[in-house]
Amino acid sequence: MTGPVASGLRAAPGWRETRRRVTDRAFRAALLLAFLAAVAPLLLVLGYTVYRGASHLSAAFLTHSMAGVPPSSAGGGIYHAIVGTVEMVLLSSLISVPVGLLAALYLTEFGRGWLPRSIRFFVDVMTGIPSIVAGLFVYAFLVLGLHRGYSGFAGALALAVLQLPVVIRASEDMLNLVPDALREASYALGIPQWRTVLSVVLPTSAAGLTTGVMLAVARVTGETAPLLLTSFDNTFINNNPFSGPQSALSVFIYNSAQQAYAPAVDRAWAAALTLIVLVIALYAGARILARRSALRQR
Amino acid sequence: MANRIETERLTCRYGEVVAVEDVTLSLEAKAVTALIGPSGCGKSTFLRALNRMHEVVPGASVQGRVLLDDEDIYHPSVDPTRVRRTIGMVFQRPNPFPTMSIFDNAVAGLRLTGVRRRAELEEAAERSLRAAHLWEEVSGRLKKPAAGLSGGQQQRLCIARAIAVEPQVLLMDEPCSALDPISTLAIEDLIANLKDRYTIVIVTHNMQQAARVSDTTGFFTVEGPGEPGRLIEIDDTEKIFTSPSNPRTEAYITGRFG
Repeated sequence: MTGPVASGLRAAPGWRETRRRVTDRAFRAALLLAFLAAVAPLLLVLGYTVYRGASHLSAAFLTHSMAGVPPSSAGGGIYHAIVGTVEMVLLSSLISVPVGLLAALYLTEFGRGWLPRSIRFFVDVMTGIPSIVAGLFVYAFLVLGLHRGYSGFAGALALAVLQLPVVIRASEDMLNLVPDALREASYALGIPQWRTVLSVVLPTSAAGLTTGVMLAVARVTGETAPLLLTSFDNTFINNNPFSGPQSALSVFIYNSAQQAYAPAVDRAWAAALTLIVLVIALYAGARILARRSALRQR
Repeated sequence: MANRIETERLTCRYGEVVAVEDVTLSLEAKAVTALIGPSGCGKSTFLRALNRMHEVVPGASVQGRVLLDDEDIYHPSVDPTRVRRTIGMVFQRPNPFPTMSIFDNAVAGLRLTGVRRRAELEEAAERSLRAAHLWEEVSGRLKKPAAGLSGGQQQRLCIARAIAVEPQVLLMDEPCSALDPISTLAIEDLIANLKDRYTIVIVTHNMQQAARVSDTTGFFTVEGPGEPGRLIEIDDTEKIFTSPSNPRTEAYITGRFG
């Protein structure tokens, strides 16, 4: 036996290896920097909102309206705005989620030829509509045109115009993720197409569809511009979305932050924090729902 | 019912592209027919045309006739879902429904076509899982998700699912190509047992497998890319593998081409 043959594995790194390691390090550092640059604004916004808003957040703030409270004095609350936001987002979702899901099902499962192609094109165009234009449309059509005046329902319609394409696109992507092999397996058993969609395609993509829908809901929760022209604003509690102007968190923030008085600006920050928490709760809810149904599948 | 399948001048297209052209053959009842040939020769497409799965692909079309016991399955008055219930199919990759349990997978074809009675479903599940040689392995965990099974078990579950609807013909599209040798052996055993009751057509890339499991073998080939696939010859398996009539068949099975 002679000594162990040198495998070369432990030899000092050559210049190629050194270069590879340096490049690897450099790219890692660059990626980390890019990540930090992307997260920094988010953390700054979140941190500053908590810093300015948390101290003014209280149970009374969440359960009272601004009725009879002038902008210059402290007190009052955002209960009326929370009611408005929740009702408008709910109404908007009631319109756009069923329509959007059915449209996505048509596009992925049933449509063939020029019709789905043109629908897809117009959905893309709709995604690009500036939100103020959606508001303007409902303002001209419903508020002025049909003499219905400002209402939460008008606001919900404007939101639905923005929400619908998001629901369609997200659902379509999720339905496209269902492997064709599953559809074929179902057809090969003599199962008709409608039954395949209901019992195979939808359950398989349920988790993704839920996430997509929740993200679309979260997306319109913070919309401001379309509501300025449709639900307007209100300092009183208006529980009826079908009659009279309603406040919303986003509009409340917009109007309060413009005031010259410190108490109003404080209320704007506290309302902003509430809105952020609401949206994060929706995102988190979507993730939890998605993970639950993913686990059930395993 | 004899359940013999005959094709008359069958041509399958994807849009303008002809995948397989002018196939006239006869598949014997209660026997195993293997279809072999190089990749792209159209044997899978031909198989899918036998239970009207070919037309599921957008743009796909079929010309010619397919007769199941003298009845044309492409006749305008024939419902494709009825055809597929009579002529079942097992695919190359195991594709159990991921959201369903083992039990639900086995009876999916019955439940989703309207069978509701619990007793009937349970009876069908046990019968088909036994026939697919899977019952012993899964009888204790029927409520568990099918995705937890191994690849070979999943494929046998897919076979159970296909025979639970009591088809008369079973088409298999390279059912073992994604499986290890032991699972492959299990499936080949299964095919031998099933052929008493079903007419079986199996597409395979594995010539030893064709020689082992089939009574009749058909050889498809293709001249080149873009050319349509054609049936070269079909005969007793033993004859195909020992003294084929066509020199091209001989070249293929002896490995000199393809």
